Amino acid sequence: MRHIAVSLLLVAFPQAAFGVNPSEMLSDPALELRAREISKELRCVVCQNQSIDESDATLARDLRVLVRERLAAGDDDQGVIDYVVSRYGDFVLLRPPVKGATLALWGGPIAIVLFALIAVFVFFRRQRQTAKAPIAATPLNEQERQRLQDLLAEKEH
Amino acid sequence: MTAEIGHFALVLALFVAVAQASLPLIGAHRGDPGWMALAKPTAILQFALVAVAFACLTHVFVTSDFSVVNVVSNSHTDKPLLYKISGVWGNHEGSLLLWVLILAIFGAAVAVFGANLPPALKARVLSIQAMIAVGFYLFMLLTSNPFDRIFPPPLNGRGLNPLLQDPGLAIHPPMLYLGYVGFSMAFSFAIAALIEGRVDAAWARWVRPWTLAAWCFLTGGIALGSWWAYYELGWGGWWFWDPVENASFMPWLAGTALLHSSTVVEKRDTLKGWTILLAIITFSLSLLGTFLVRSGVLTSVHAFATDPTRGVFILALLVIVIGGSLALFAWRGPKLVSTGLFQPVSREGGLLFNNLVMATACAAVLLGTLYPLLLDALGGGKVSVGPPFFNTVLIPLMIPMIAAMAVGPFLSWKRSDLMPALRRLRIALVLTIVAAIVTYAVHGDEPVLGVVALAMAVWLGTGVLTELAERIRLFRSPLSESFRRLGRLPRASWGMTIGHLGLAITIAGMAGAGAWKVESIQVMKPGDKVTVGGYEYRFTGAKAGKGPNYKFVGGQFTVSRHGREITKLTSEKRVYNVSQQPTTEAGIHTTWRGDLYAVIGDAEGSGGAFVTRLYFNPLVVWIWAGTLIMVFAGALSLTDRRHRVGAPHRKSSAVSLPGAQEA
Amino acid sequence: MNKRLMFTLPLMVFLILAGYFAVGLTKDPKKLPNMLKGKPVPDFALKPIKGRDDKGFASTDLKGETSLVNIFGSWCVACQIEHPFLMKLKAEGAVPIHGIDWREEDPDAGPDWLNKHGDPYALVGDDPRSKAAIAFGVTGAPETFVVDGDGVVRFKYVGPLNADIWRDVIEPVLRQIKPPGAS
Repeated sequence: MRHIAVSLLLVAFPQAAFGVNPSEMLSDPALELRAREISKELRCVVCQNQSIDESDATLARDLRVLVRERLAAGDDDQGVIDYVVSRYGDFVLLRPPVKGATLALWGGPIAIVLFALIAVFVFFRRQRQTAKAPIAATPLNEQERQRLQDLLAEKEH
Repeated sequence: MTAEIGHFALVLALFVAVAQASLPLIGAHRGDPGWMALAKPTAILQFALVAVAFACLTHVFVTSDFSVVNVVSNSHTDKPLLYKISGVWGNHEGSLLLWVLILAIFGAAVAVFGANLPPALKARVLSIQAMIAVGFYLFMLLTSNPFDRIFPPPLNGRGLNPLLQDPGLAIHPPMLYLGYVGFSMAFSFAIAALIEGRVDAAWARWVRPWTLAAWCFLTGGIALGSWWAYYELGWGGWWFWDPVENASFMPWLAGTALLHSSTVVEKRDTLKGWTILLAIITFSLSLLGTFLVRSGVLTSVHAFATDPTRGVFILALLVIVIGGSLALFAWRGPKLVSTGLFQPVSREGGLLFNNLVMATACAAVLLGTLYPLLLDALGGGKVSVGPPFFNTVLIPLMIPMIAAMAVGPFLSWKRSDLMPALRRLRIALVLTIVAAIVTYAVHGDEPVLGVVALAMAVWLGTGVLTELAERIRLFRSPLSESFRRLGRLPRASWGMTIGHLGLAITIAGMAGAGAWKVESIQVMKPGDKVTVGGYEYRFTGAKAGKGPNYKFVGGQFTVSRHGREITKLTSEKRVYNVSQQPTTEAGIHTTWRGDLYAVIGDAEGSGGAFVTRLYFNPLVVWIWAGTLIMVFAGALSLTDRRHRVGAPHRKSSAVSLPGAQEA
Repeated sequence: MNKRLMFTLPLMVFLILAGYFAVGLTKDPKKLPNMLKGKPVPDFALKPIKGRDDKGFASTDLKGETSLVNIFGSWCVACQIEHPFLMKLKAEGAVPIHGIDWREEDPDAGPDWLNKHGDPYALVGDDPRSKAAIAFGVTGAPETFVVDGDGVVRFKYVGPLNADIWRDVIEPVLRQIKPPGAS
């Protein structure tokens, strides 16, 4: 309950998603571009599913300013990201990191593709086996024998 | 009084559903025609009762009856009528009522229009449909009753989130639900088939119209939601890989796979087990979506107010329905006998390849969406899986599939050769390469993905047209002959051609909007000009005003190109009276080249200067035009003769070939 | 046999998923882990708020004794709910409480709020731009950190404190820092 009260105050509704304001932007366009790219990779932790670049939440704005300050101070891109991760954890990365915990995530699609390919391979091999199986494996039943007689009789006439 | 009538109707509907779920099923088991025939009247009665309940809920919303809790929480007298109505389904309880209404609509439709279905199959299908309904009725009546009263009634309601007060968003849920929930019919057919132990061409033909209809609605619903996000959220984005967006995309992927694989069942009597599984999975994904949105396990913009008790109930529902159906599949699936054989390179092979990619994509989206939950449940900490993951994984999957889509229709059934098919696509290949070169020349190498995506769109589009041209013997026969052939093409064939063309257009739109969007953020005083994407935006000032239930500040822009005025755009910043919530309305001018998109921000200083965000979104309208074309194609397919003329009768003395391969 | 397995696979996958969902229902997806647990307090130096011009609040102030760092703001409703309990804590004098006044747009807002509701804080820092808050990994208010005498963050509590939470959650942490028997 208490957390709902807290969240209600801080959740940024996406409708007012202005994102970056001109007053935040750095004067150096190259640096500003880096800041935008980094911001797009960082999750707004008080929002429902946005990057800090898109969000209008105050905390998102403050994080954007922080990113720019650190870039201006000379941090490289990874350094800025590492700092934010050291504060908020991996949760703040919109691109999940590749590490032990996320091996199943990044490896998953490849594993699925492999599984699918194997399944298809097995499917076709089983098909080929059935196709090769001698057709006369089971004798004709009564109905089939009658039909055969009829067809042969037909042919003769 | 109305609320009580609605509540009572709902309870009655539950009882009717219980009857519908049991009697026809027992009748089918016993071979009792009388009991089987109960399916039709119970389905229709159930629909009538739910319709009454829904009408009652609509009535209390429209009349702003604030003695009903649901109306208090979600409505207000100031709201325009359209949004009073859409408020009915803009909340948890009301949207559940919409769910069961659509379940009942599909049930009644099959009851009335499924005249050519064998009685046993029809009975089973409607029984399964009713079982699902029973689960939802219980959920509603026990935990989420839309008709709860409050005493004393407050003077006015809390209003509806201003975000939801929008025509596009008003019809987005009904359309989406018609899709999502519509797949329940394919599910019911699949379960009925498993119970009978038989899947054949007749079954595939009977189930197709319902699957197609659901698919059309789902495609439309997703497109509507995406379009709404684009014009409402203020920066031109249209897909965010939000968990609830994914929850609608996964059934779409599975449903598209289902449409393609059921064709193989119908034409070649194979891939039966897989098709049944797909039908089960598609609806299961819809149910899963319901769980994700309403249980609080995932953070999402769409999540309804969450309550763990509801989560537990839905999970139980999921386990019973999905677990039960998959258990039935595990038990009875091996009984399904397939007789068709085919080579990997063949029409069936092409459709199988489509299914492979769609299924893998669906599984990948599922993995990404659920991973935060799975990791947290294991105590592995919190991670986020955002757009970078989904884009990285999905795009490499889609490219081979689109490449194959142009080739597939050229392959013949059972066995075919790849090289001749590719040779017939020479022109398409040349055009594709030309398109790639031109795009590269115009836009440079950033991003490469844009060039690739656009090239794929051209490949698919030209491939589809080449196939059509060949089929009508264009340039090989006199033109009149070609036209004659064109007219004689079956509608389902048209459906495929137009549908694939629609997809090509959508992909082109995604390429343009995704890769080459231009954005410019700045402060502008009246009279200032900014050039974006070759268009000149001139800010002509802002003024304040009042709407029906909000106040606004509107900014005006004049846009010109090469000195000639193109349009005037207005963007508003609104504050809604009741909730004091701010929203932004963008000023958008749509052309086939792209959208001009202007958003006014906060005032800067006092000299009439404002923050402005100006965009040029190339080709973005192609995204929705393409999906509209796909929906049209699906609808066209629905009108094909073979759905209207009676389906083939089952040969009761069918001889099964020895050596037939199982499932 | 192989075939039976293939047909049963979807069911098995689903049941495993359902198990995860069941566990997931007990978790809160928005609850972030405490990144600072066991780590030294991040460096910060905040200016004083109006009316307390004599002192500010900096990380260096947290050495020497166990203390609480409480994030609050005049805009925060839950902080109002928590506040009487913080006043009680101050009266009992068990542990000093320091405050970080977070995200105040108006420099008078914080001081006015403290005047109105009482001031339980030994030191208060003004953090309008979330500098310290981000350093602490704060996502909302109120949040309270338990910092030991060596300046190491031992615990973080998200949400308003009350007597029950103090007794059940915070006091055990405090006891761990000051082992029973030691002064």
